[in-house]
Amino acid sequence: MSVVVNDLRKNYGGIEAVRGVSFEIGAGEIFGLLGPNGAGKTTTVEILEGYRSRDAGSVTVLGEDPARAGRSWRERIGVVLQSSAMYQSLSVTESLAFFAGYYKHPRRVDEVVELVGLEEKKDAFVRTLSGGQKRRLDLGLALIGDPELVFLDEPTTGFDPEARRRAWDTIASLGELGKTVLLTTHYLDEAERLCDRVGVLRNGQIVALGRPAELTGALPPTEIRFRRDGQEVVFRTEEPTRVLHELTAEALAAGQELEALEVRRPSLEEVYLSLTQEEHE
Amino acid sequence: MRLFLHELRGELRIYTRSRELAFFTFLLPMILFLLLGFAYGDEEVGNLRGSDYLLAGTLGYGVIATAFAGLAIVLVIRREEGILKRLRSTPLPAPTYLTAVLVTTMIAFLVQAVCIVALGMAVFDASFPHRIGSLAIALVLGAISFAALGVGLTGLVRRAEGASAVVNAIYFPMLFISGSFFERNTFPGFLQAVADVLPLTYFIRLVTDIMLRGDEIWDRLGDVAVLAAWGLVGAVVATRRFRWVPHED
Repeated sequence: MSVVVNDLRKNYGGIEAVRGVSFEIGAGEIFGLLGPNGAGKTTTVEILEGYRSRDAGSVTVLGEDPARAGRSWRERIGVVLQSSAMYQSLSVTESLAFFAGYYKHPRRVDEVVELVGLEEKKDAFVRTLSGGQKRRLDLGLALIGDPELVFLDEPTTGFDPEARRRAWDTIASLGELGKTVLLTTHYLDEAERLCDRVGVLRNGQIVALGRPAELTGALPPTEIRFRRDGQEVVFRTEEPTRVLHELTAEALAAGQELEALEVRRPSLEEVYLSLTQEEHE
Repeated sequence: MRLFLHELRGELRIYTRSRELAFFTFLLPMILFLLLGFAYGDEEVGNLRGSDYLLAGTLGYGVIATAFAGLAIVLVIRREEGILKRLRSTPLPAPTYLTAVLVTTMIAFLVQAVCIVALGMAVFDASFPHRIGSLAIALVLGAISFAALGVGLTGLVRRAEGASAVVNAIYFPMLFISGSFFERNTFPGFLQAVADVLPLTYFIRLVTDIMLRGDEIWDRLGDVAVLAAWGLVGAVVATRRFRWVPHED
């Protein structure tokens, strides 16, 4: 296991930001923490990165406690923070070479430039880069030390759809390189597309954990909708055949039509919304 | 050591590319030296030729602009933008980073000091400084003390936008009342009393006595002690209040 988190808790001035979170990430896995803003994603990740202390619970990242881990541990991790500040007066390759010098066995600068797709901007100063290009440099700086484990905190927030697709390709390629990845996101499609497994956070707790396909099983699998007297009626059921049979039998007996009848499985989007509903109200 | 030299090279590259630092901390003291020197360089100030008095005062201006103000502003901006936080996730050890930043500041100030003295000799016919060894020690001591105060100050400033304002509000009045440009006794008594505790007052006096009056540094241990004490205060605040992560959270 690359990451083992057990009953992690963190309070800020009496408010519980993280309330007993547990999950594991296997080596080479891409794991996503999914949830709305304020759910505790960044707090959790920053405890794993060693930036924040925890109040209770145990955390093991690459075999060490991040609160006490030292230089050799930092050789093995790469971090993309939410902010992407960098020295404005260095070029892309200068920035990468500067950071490469911090590691014992860095990747080659031109390799990383290619990996994050900044070939055309490699000699440009950081201050001339667009937001998306700066974000790609962030990823490059996190990868320059050739880490085993990469943390990505909302790697595509604020991207246009094209930039997001390109970033996804890059992140997916980390999986092919055998890296373990922990990413946070509030985009469901991102989690669905990239992650081997997802933990959904709400109010500092994990409310669902599993492969994206499994999460749809967290709700009754089938939804039956129709209109009666102008009002929408929704049944969620494990036994769609029986429920549908009863409804239609009833309607036939009464000589009525089930208006706008619909039978379907909920999408991951709906699962996510129902799981994180409290934040959206 | 390899890591330190790598960091130092990078810091020097970033420093030399920063136009704001080049102007406000490096060139501006020299520009004021020239302007004030033309205005009253030939008059007598504090039993010295005006331009000689200004030469020592400008070294004081240089140390506080480069080692104190410039360093404090750069570190606050790097912290609040998240650059320091990013560095903490790399294997670069914190002491290595901070030492490289301090040595960069010191190199910048020493180059500046050489330029200021050369300017004085070229334009105002200043004589080559007496006691060059003692002067070098005094300049390094001043740079270390003011840099420590600058790092300490970063612990008291919360926002990047406010950094320049706070730093300027502290160091600009200090320049005047500590006697960088005019004799201290031209100011009212309470300002002189304030100046009597400020580190810049002692730095300028130390530099004046060594460079222009021919004292050695061990003749002026009182000034050295005050300067070192201020540096220690800065270092204590720095170790207690320095932080790597921005304030937003």
